[in-house]
Amino acid sequence: MTNTAIHLENLSISYGDTAVVHDVTFDVAEGESFALVGESGSGKSTILKAISGLAPDWTGTISVEGKARGHAPDRAFAETCQMVFQDPYGSLHPRKTVDTCLAEPLAIHGIGGRDSRVKDMLAAVGLDQRFRFRFPHQLSGGQRQRVAIARALMLEPRVLLLDEPTSALDVSVQAEILNLLKKLRREQGLTYLMVTHNLPVVSFLCDRLAVMRYGRVVEIAGVDALKSGRLSEPYSRELYAASGGTLQSA
Amino acid sequence: MSAPLLEIDGLTVTFPTARGPVDVVKGISFTLGRERLGIVGESGSGKSMTGRAILRLIRKPGKVAARRMTFDGIDLLSRSERQMRDLRGARISMVMQDPKFSLNPVMTVGEQIAEALVTHKKLPRRELKERVLAMLEAVRINEPSRVADLYPHEVSGGMGQRIMIAMMLIPEPDLLIADEPTSALDVSVQAQVLDIIDDLVTGKGMGLILISHDLNLVSRYCDRILVMNSGEIVEQCKASDLHKAKHPYTRGLIAAMPRMDEDRDELPVLDRSTWTTGAGT
Repeated sequence: MTNTAIHLENLSISYGDTAVVHDVTFDVAEGESFALVGESGSGKSTILKAISGLAPDWTGTISVEGKARGHAPDRAFAETCQMVFQDPYGSLHPRKTVDTCLAEPLAIHGIGGRDSRVKDMLAAVGLDQRFRFRFPHQLSGGQRQRVAIARALMLEPRVLLLDEPTSALDVSVQAEILNLLKKLRREQGLTYLMVTHNLPVVSFLCDRLAVMRYGRVVEIAGVDALKSGRLSEPYSRELYAASGGTLQSA
Repeated sequence: MSAPLLEIDGLTVTFPTARGPVDVVKGISFTLGRERLGIVGESGSGKSMTGRAILRLIRKPGKVAARRMTFDGIDLLSRSERQMRDLRGARISMVMQDPKFSLNPVMTVGEQIAEALVTHKKLPRRELKERVLAMLEAVRINEPSRVADLYPHEVSGGMGQRIMIAMMLIPEPDLLIADEPTSALDVSVQAQVLDIIDDLVTGKGMGLILISHDLNLVSRYCDRILVMNSGEIVEQCKASDLHKAKHPYTRGLIAAMPRMDEDRDELPVLDRSTWTTGAGT
């Protein structure tokens, strides 16, 4: 088997006194694209937050690329693992240009050659160079999401955490972003852990999926089971039917 | 079939900008009987503005113009603001996208639903309460008497949306305009909310305009579909014939959606040049 990119073992996460994720265990292999699906409040985004260090109140084991993650902020961690958020309107600083926004991670980590790196990255995410000195409000939703993806990739991480990367976008723009994510993964051998509630998107972009409910993983299945409608747990099947799929017997 | 419920001819909505007036809806025409009509399009296609224009809810400096806009024989264009108010809610009502922003945060759910009814019809208090509870039950809310005393922040998104539907349907309007009624909700709750709208609308023989960006959803819940792009109707078809759509924009939208059994390596992206140049022909 290939190396494990993300390893979660008995992960429980809480916000204050409220436990939101209970005993979650799964592995994501290097180069794999893994989806977490479920309804709001099922704890799927919380898992991403815990991995990226935004929800520090957890117990269990989180390790990314073989390195265990601590509870404190970790600068070296940012170089292996980055996150893309749902809302491109909210996740970019409104008073920083695209250029500042992309160069910032490089400045923080003391990496040189910023000018050429920013240019290359803009090209990689399919944005014209003329967007480089624009502000977020001068960009469309799809362009902003491209900037957010570019920012996440600036430090050349191996793992990307994607929190509903296309749900705020129009169908035609969603298609562009999904194609971009697929292309980047193929070119750079990235590992994706993606949260979504859109099952067809999982079918397009992912290899495996975990269905979550009430903070627990109900089922882990390959994408073939999803495509053919052969998910086995009743809740997964319910979700599948609600998304407009035709069920087959498991 | 009887005369159409809603007749719209040459509806134009204009907003002034620094570069001169911009038509966000460009002279569209359609009619609606007691049926379910879906309006689909992407952000900025003018679909929400169309819905709002029917209720004359477009605020200044926006301007609404039309050759003809009638609802059940009433001319909507010549009505005064006060006369429109009698119509809104009582005859035509509208469900908005996000219950978080559309419900009054300082009124209980029960009071808000009652208010919608009392505005148009005086009723004794006991009967009013019964109507409210019956309506909450109709939108499948468990323990209606408990929920009626809750404030909007104490209910979930799906419940909030059902409350809004209850509020909009309690005066028994003839036409319901639902503007993205489920896009703030989870997939599993979406189906429930739409089923409720569908049951109530078909049960009471109302007209429904469902505005959404989701082609699949609209084709599942509507009889007829209008596809809008940059303020124009580019395609009209029966929901069941959607896969036979002809316009490149509609076809592009359908193709760009990932499918449940996706095996394409890349999703086709809309090539906007194919029809924008051909516009006006």
